[in-house]
Amino acid sequence: MSKVAEQIPTEEMEHPVAPYLRMDRIPHIWCPTCGIGTVVRCYADALEHSKIDLDKVAIVSGIGCTGRVAGYMRLDAFHTTHGRAIPFATGLKLGRPELLVTVFSGDGDLVGIGGNHFIHAARRNLDILVILVNNFIYGMTGGQNAPTTPTTARTSTMPFGNFERPFNLPHLAESCGATYVARWTSLHIRRLTKSFREAISRKGFRFVEVIAPCATLYARLNKLGTGFNLMRFYHDNAVIDHGADTRDLDISFQDRIICGKFVDKERPTYSEMMHEHYRNTLGDKFVPLPEEGGMIRDTGEKPDSKGKKPAKSQKRKASASKSSRK
Amino acid sequence: MKTDPSGVLTGQHYLDGDHACGEGAMAAGCRFVAGYPITPSTEVVERISRRFPMMGGTFIQMEDEMASMAAIIGASWTGTKSMTVTSGPGFSLMMENIGLAAMMETPCVIVNVQRGGPSTGLPTNVGQADMMQARWGSHGDYEIIALSPQSPQEAFDVMIDAFNLSEIYRVPVMVMTDECVGHMTEKVVIPKAEDIEIVPRKLTDKPPGEFWPYVADRNMIPEFARAGDGYRFHSTGLTHNERGYPVMSAECQQECVTRLVDKIRLNAEDIVRFEEEDIDGADVVLVTYGITARVARRGIDIARNKGVKVGVIRLIVVWPFPERHIRELAPKIKAFVVPEINYGQIVLEVERCAAGQTLTVLVPHMGGTVHDPEDIANAILEAAK
Repeated sequence: MSKVAEQIPTEEMEHPVAPYLRMDRIPHIWCPTCGIGTVVRCYADALEHSKIDLDKVAIVSGIGCTGRVAGYMRLDAFHTTHGRAIPFATGLKLGRPELLVTVFSGDGDLVGIGGNHFIHAARRNLDILVILVNNFIYGMTGGQNAPTTPTTARTSTMPFGNFERPFNLPHLAESCGATYVARWTSLHIRRLTKSFREAISRKGFRFVEVIAPCATLYARLNKLGTGFNLMRFYHDNAVIDHGADTRDLDISFQDRIICGKFVDKERPTYSEMMHEHYRNTLGDKFVPLPEEGGMIRDTGEKPDSKGKKPAKSQKRKASASKSSRK
Repeated sequence: MKTDPSGVLTGQHYLDGDHACGEGAMAAGCRFVAGYPITPSTEVVERISRRFPMMGGTFIQMEDEMASMAAIIGASWTGTKSMTVTSGPGFSLMMENIGLAAMMETPCVIVNVQRGGPSTGLPTNVGQADMMQARWGSHGDYEIIALSPQSPQEAFDVMIDAFNLSEIYRVPVMVMTDECVGHMTEKVVIPKAEDIEIVPRKLTDKPPGEFWPYVADRNMIPEFARAGDGYRFHSTGLTHNERGYPVMSAECQQECVTRLVDKIRLNAEDIVRFEEEDIDGADVVLVTYGITARVARRGIDIARNKGVKVGVIRLIVVWPFPERHIRELAPKIKAFVVPEINYGQIVLEVERCAAGQTLTVLVPHMGGTVHDPEDIANAILEAAK
């Protein structure tokens, strides 16, 4: 491999992941040895190997360090408000059902301020992939306590150590109804990428938790060394246990981290249940929102710039509406 | 373009304002609604959830109002016309994401069927005390458009306008109705689909690669790309440049916020809409909106019978405010009288625009009921002295 590297002038080389990134925004804002970049790389690899139409992939982030991911991915990308990535994604997915919608955000965003949306999206089995980078702390704002901070770990708002109990996220996701649940660390590049690929190919509420180092705050406040030391810690303490009971996946301070795929099952998605129910109850009167979106177009007079046909709903006459007088 | 007939219930109906509002949304081409139950607005989404499955629309009852607001922004980015419906407490919860909609320049409609506040207040009774919140409720500088209907018929009509304005200016548009209009049942005439003009989403003609999501046209409005059309654009609530990329600088903030505000402020003359009556030679001009405009009719009659020349300005678009009009009228009259079901909100705007050139009188009423028309009449008589 080194031979190849010698022969190609570096200025002509494109990073393999470049087509998936907004290279005009690089360098990114993440700290040295932060784990988020690695997770982004794994996600990009998974997209590449999944052979899906990237034009139909949308990514939504909330706020925080991981919240910046949407800003670097060369996809239809939305950087939303704190905690609201999942409901924003709900609108995107239901507004244009053909989209593959990924929510990519942090622990504070998705299960702190956004926890209510997380459990309800899982309950509904909304067809989205949720990637949660868990660094055990609020990084962007300076190291405050998170709903994932292990008990006794120090944070800037728990200077004498955290006395709260953290979430066991795979258990939370499974008990709310997620169809795919996995946990890896940012050290498990190959397994994490495989997990993303699997999750992309599944339907329903898919949840992948990735434990990632925050050297600047979590490691420093807890005197754990650098990001390298945390990666070494993952190496020594991550235990792969596929199919483990999610009740047993609590993470204690500087204790073992159980990784693996814990849930992979089929359950009808929100849209499938809605469609089936309306077909059963309304029969032919039911008109689903078109896969390509619910935009009302000019009735056939001139097609839009991409030459697509008008949406199905347009062709219907008002007759269906009349039967539903209140 | 003409609207999609599948959402139009053409004919004469006997509807309450909430149902008329729902019909207006569907006639305007709304096909995604996210909402959370709250009195006195819930009938709007009840109507929609019953009719949507037959016209290719999706209604989802979200877990709260923050989620509802976020969901309609997401749906709007697919080109689907989107709306949420709420009342005071829910309106408060929506505020952060209303700011996001303004910042991302997302067309969407928020209906607020106003009740008495603050806090839980009077859930089942009328109020008009969210008018300033509609204008200023989210943090930072931005502009929105707000309309206020006085009847079920107008609730239907302004919904069409609300969706159209949201498409033209790419802003969240608020329909500030109230419990009284919402629960009042009257005749509503719904026109034929071919007589309903709607504004389609202004999709860009540029090919992917040449398109940036926040390059504005002469009217300061950017072209739109839908998620899923291959543009792979980025949109953020952070201060951003024309590419939609965050830029944390005073220069970018200046450019970004100035345009967000000016696209409404400098187009305000095209947006403002009000009805006038007997303005020429009036001694006192009543400035009114929503249900109070109808209650005031009796007060005006009483005052006129006692010889006062009363003119009326009824605001249909409340925000942006008809600033120039009020300013020019002020020196010609003895007083503006502003009855509203709050302790003084729109009156502040009238006072600001009158700029000391004439008297401005508030007729406050804290809500629970509409005004006693006698109070409005007395205020007019007093102001005319």
